[in-house]
Amino acid sequence: MERFRFYGSGLPGVKLDDLRGKLIVVEGTDGVGRSTQVVLLRQWLEQRGHAVFDTGLTRSALAGKGIKRAKEGNILNLLTFTLFYATDFADQLENQIIPALRAGFIVLTDRYIYSQIARAVVRGADEAWVRDLFGIALVPTSIYYLKADLDHLIPRVAFTRGFDYWESGMDMRLGRDMFESFCRYQTRMLEIFDRMSNFYGFNEVDANGMVEEVFEKLQRRVRELLNHKNTATAR
Amino acid sequence: MVKALPQQGAGRLIVVEGIDGSGKSTQLALLQRWLINQGYPVRFSEWNSSALVKQITKRGKDRRILTPTTFCLTHAADFADRTERDILPALRSGGMVLSDRYMYTALARDVVRGVEPSYVRQLYRFAVKPTLAFYFRVPLEVALGRILGGRNALKYYEAGMDLSLSDDIEESFRLFQRRILQQYELLSKEFGLMVIDATLSIEEQQAQMRAIVKPKLEGVKRLSKHGKVSLLR
Repeated sequence: MERFRFYGSGLPGVKLDDLRGKLIVVEGTDGVGRSTQVVLLRQWLEQRGHAVFDTGLTRSALAGKGIKRAKEGNILNLLTFTLFYATDFADQLENQIIPALRAGFIVLTDRYIYSQIARAVVRGADEAWVRDLFGIALVPTSIYYLKADLDHLIPRVAFTRGFDYWESGMDMRLGRDMFESFCRYQTRMLEIFDRMSNFYGFNEVDANGMVEEVFEKLQRRVRELLNHKNTATAR
Repeated sequence: MVKALPQQGAGRLIVVEGIDGSGKSTQLALLQRWLINQGYPVRFSEWNSSALVKQITKRGKDRRILTPTTFCLTHAADFADRTERDILPALRSGGMVLSDRYMYTALARDVVRGVEPSYVRQLYRFAVKPTLAFYFRVPLEVALGRILGGRNALKYYEAGMDLSLSDDIEESFRLFQRRILQQYELLSKEFGLMVIDATLSIEEQQAQMRAIVKPKLEGVKRLSKHGKVSLLR
């Protein structure tokens, strides 16, 4: 089994050799069906006999509520916003992800640092600064990037929960209305994700199809990962 | 560091640093009085005071769930909020900003808590470089005498209890402050902080400070020839 490592300076006091589980990340822009795939993946992994711990963004005991409250008021500036997310991420990493990995779980995360990096970069943050900020993160065992075109994303969002203020980048004043803003914002997000895909070594999964089709593809990749003893870790 | 952020502008940023009990807040208050009386526009900013971030920090402190990393990040968030909301706008408007503690406090405390020095340094790259940064150097025992004599209730994180240096809160505070002091000495060299001997009389220290600040005031616009008569803060 390959040893875990951190992207940057990491966390003080963590013994990487103690981490026996696997860290599987499902990433993708808003409306790509990430959460659905995570649920399906979890069921399937448990069926196979793996202990799964799943987690997502802004759920931590420390900052979760604070972020929600701050977003409701739209009162955060870029740096503060980014640091809030980083705090929340660190809290989850230290108190949930790392203990679960130590216990040999498969940790399945609905998004990881990449969505947070994209969100900050699309709003004009210095990319190197944000990347360094998240240097506390563990390099995942594998990062599955659910990739769909804008044309496929639009109806999925429009006919399910509808357009959301932040997912449409309304704070950036990109368009006259939410639809226009959503399209421009998500186009930029997709470009950033493509760049990160190269940089971080994403495992791209075509997510343009129906839920079942996408899941089959994802399942195949994860099966390969679990069946190989020497799995290639992400970059 | 963030592209979207405007530059410092025409104002002046003066910060004070030092361990608890060094007398830095007293000195800054006197400096503020002096500046206001000359009619300068002054904005005061204090460590860990952003209303937005305070809730989170307080929650973490009350429940004692902060780790060195989350402690570091919440304080950086507080600092970012104040930078974006208070410090930069005031500086861009051409005013004076006085800050009781600045990024050096984080550099000292977080490193003592075990966070990588390089990580904390890169984290604070967005900080505006101060016009003047004063470091109030004081021997540990003098500072401890001022603190431990005056207030009896030391707080958990303030005393560095999270570091498990000692079960006794006062002893923990001593050990923690000693380490912070060592960091300040290193930082003072690294960043060229202006050292003030904090064992001198209050009046002497203030006279030194004013003498150093005075030439930096050239070109700063005053709102009036005489400041408003007002209570500070």
